[in-house]
Amino acid sequence: MSESFDIVIIGGGPGGYVAAIRAAQLGMRAACIEKGGTLGGTCLNIGCIPSKALLQSSEKFEQATHSFAAHGIKLSGVELDLAAMMARKDKVVGDLTKGVEFLFKKNKVEWIKGAARIAAPGKIVVQPADGAAPRELEAKSIVIATGSDSLELPGVAIDEKQIVSSTGALSLAKVPEHLVVVGGGYIGLEMGSVWRRLGAKVTVVEFLERITPNMDAETGKMLQRVLTKAGFVFKLTTKVVGAKTSKAGVTLQLENAAGGGASELKADIVLVAIGRRPYTDGLGLQDVGVALDNKQRVVVDSHYQTNIAGIYAIGDVIAGPMLAHKAEDEGTVLVEMLAGQKPHLNYDAVPAVIYTWPEVASVGKTEDELKDAGAAYKVGKFPFTANSRARTNADTDGFVKILADARTDRVLGVHIIGPDAGTMIAEAALAMEYGASSEDIARTTHAHPTLNEAVKEAALAVDGRAIHI
Amino acid sequence: MATEIRVPALGESVTEATVAKWLKKIGDSVAVDDPIVELETDKVTLEVNATASGTITEIAVPEGGNVGVGGILGVIGDGTGKPAQPAAKSAPEKVAPAPEKVAAVAKSSPASPVLERSGPAVRRLVEENKLDPSAVAASGKDGRLTKGDVLAQLDRGAAPAAPQPVPASAKVPRLPDQREQRVRMTRLRKRIAERLKEAQNTAAMLTTFNEADMSEVMALRERYRNSFEKKHGVRLGFMSFFVKACIVALKELPAANGEIDSDDIVYKNYYDIGVAVGTAQGLVVPVLRDADARSFADIEKAIADLGKRARDGKLGLDELSGGTFTITNGGVYGSLMSTPILNPPQSAILGMHKIDKRPVVVDDKIEIRPMMYLALSYDHRIVDGREAVTFLVRVKECIEDPQRILLDM
Repeated sequence: MSESFDIVIIGGGPGGYVAAIRAAQLGMRAACIEKGGTLGGTCLNIGCIPSKALLQSSEKFEQATHSFAAHGIKLSGVELDLAAMMARKDKVVGDLTKGVEFLFKKNKVEWIKGAARIAAPGKIVVQPADGAAPRELEAKSIVIATGSDSLELPGVAIDEKQIVSSTGALSLAKVPEHLVVVGGGYIGLEMGSVWRRLGAKVTVVEFLERITPNMDAETGKMLQRVLTKAGFVFKLTTKVVGAKTSKAGVTLQLENAAGGGASELKADIVLVAIGRRPYTDGLGLQDVGVALDNKQRVVVDSHYQTNIAGIYAIGDVIAGPMLAHKAEDEGTVLVEMLAGQKPHLNYDAVPAVIYTWPEVASVGKTEDELKDAGAAYKVGKFPFTANSRARTNADTDGFVKILADARTDRVLGVHIIGPDAGTMIAEAALAMEYGASSEDIARTTHAHPTLNEAVKEAALAVDGRAIHI
Repeated sequence: MATEIRVPALGESVTEATVAKWLKKIGDSVAVDDPIVELETDKVTLEVNATASGTITEIAVPEGGNVGVGGILGVIGDGTGKPAQPAAKSAPEKVAPAPEKVAAVAKSSPASPVLERSGPAVRRLVEENKLDPSAVAASGKDGRLTKGDVLAQLDRGAAPAAPQPVPASAKVPRLPDQREQRVRMTRLRKRIAERLKEAQNTAAMLTTFNEADMSEVMALRERYRNSFEKKHGVRLGFMSFFVKACIVALKELPAANGEIDSDDIVYKNYYDIGVAVGTAQGLVVPVLRDADARSFADIEKAIADLGKRARDGKLGLDELSGGTFTITNGGVYGSLMSTPILNPPQSAILGMHKIDKRPVVVDDKIEIRPMMYLALSYDHRIVDGREAVTFLVRVKECIEDPQRILLDM
């Protein structure tokens, strides 16, 4: 029995479910196929949301145990109830995934529970999750939004018990004594932060000579300093070549990145967070002829169309930063394009955030990118130690850095490390969408006393006229 | 509720225009779609129509001033007939009030919506430098000005648009009592001049000549004059013959229909023939699309229509671009022979001239025939001498024996 839809989206993560809802809003008959038991994809279930819930809870534990005293709050007998912390995280996840289900019902998007395979252009076969007979669907447009999966490290097999991916790291049964994080990117640093605050010793092993390789170099260095102060141990230019597990724990074999200098590192839990790969298993893309690039990403043109007419792809499964909001906006833009509108996603103004504390956030170009392009630019920098609100909050690690075109003063990039950087970056993204100059930010009144004033002062600093430093 | 009069989209790659003529003045009432002001661009003159009914309450850019796409030209008020005060004072163009006018335009722009939307840096720069915001080309989102736009304008030594056009229309000579007359070049003429030089500087341009005996064509026209006009509603002129003859030749010598694009030669499989028309403002070349698919009557009708609209200044920008080959006719003015200049980026242009009765030799006897000299200017980088000569011979043959057009010979 075949059913006909205007658009069928494979994958119910942020890219997929947002595209489905938008399609329904625009009057299309839309269905979303998701084989996991809940909607929301990696982000809601085993990514952004649970990690932020744990980061928030662990941050509060850290404050209670370390910072309250300075505020004149005397506490004794503070204990960790990990099970309760995990239960709260699970509830937040559950509430949000149910929320997406509700949005589907409200917008009359059909959630088809099962695994999809593209049988031919315009035809999908779904193997229902409940074991019923396969369903055939016809769709004018098919959108691949199947997201990504953790990368495996050769020689270090993930068992989600002692050697875990981020999924396992979100549900450890107890606080490990020694957590080794393989990979100095944002996933490893965030998860490392959670367990460090809850009492674990954390060592980060990174292949390159710096952490967070895609972020502004100066910001990355500061983050490393701050995390080191918090108790992280960093082993840079080091690679992991093998692992042995036993009841006592895990023994990792390490080497210098360039080879030689073999050593061992013992851990209770090892988190493998070396990156993510696009996930297209079981879709039958090879049979239909959808082209992938050399990184296994689906190749699309500027309209998100693959090489097969009527088949599109968005989100982690195509090139670009693997960010939930990028996937959401791509889903929205694609659906609006299919409806005949002419929306546009400005990839130069997509912010990225690391949810450690202090947070790190950036939008636009890094200094290295500008240098490589030979662009002439000016820098305005302002530390949070000079921001009144940061001082009242006793939260002064970090700075705001604004990069502006030397000639036109147009804001080219903004990098923030500090309290609430993830929220502050929105002002920068909005300014960049309008092609604002640093002077525009400097001449916009910012409320006092707020952390945002640091953004204003950094803008003043571009012109060498910051007041508070 | 006031409505802004804005500069509409001017076409591909056209970002600026000059205010040529205000058709309404402050206090005039307008209805929707009434033409209010004429703008002149590099390619064409166009009219801006009212998008609302009401009374003109403000004229922000005087004649001769420059505007960018989306710029504010003026304001249509509610029909209460109360013009904005500073603007009313500054509207009459007298030399004396010029300094006040500058200040008035700069400061009275709480009514400048572009400025309101363009951020504090722009507002500061505009005010400090007494600029007219609608005279600055805007590259920001939705027609906003960015700081870079204003800085670029200042770099160009921006004449704040206000003082410059104070002596009324730029076309009026300013020193009538001397022996010279200095008249500023219109935008269109400037652009034509640029393109002519560009053609000369880029192409290896030269001209080959031939002559055609027009008697057959003239006889054909005479024979079918009345019935053609009765059936098709248009006179059978010479142009349709020449367009058709050229197409026969272009199909045989494709280089003449091609174009050089950096290291490539682009051969075009379509025939969009430009027909040069002289207007009061200068030469414009509207294009006859897919001329090879059109009948004689269609060609005559289209040329008549394009010519009229060119002279009335009512051509669309899309009608002026993209031709593959051009025909120009100096004969209507009496030219006997000439060397036309190429219409870049095209590679060839046919020049028609006046038809003159001359003694010529036919079958070893002297006869009087109506002769027309033909000229083909061509870009030698892509068209060979042999090809150019053959082209002209083919055109001559088709004109002298129009049956060849029928048989594509």
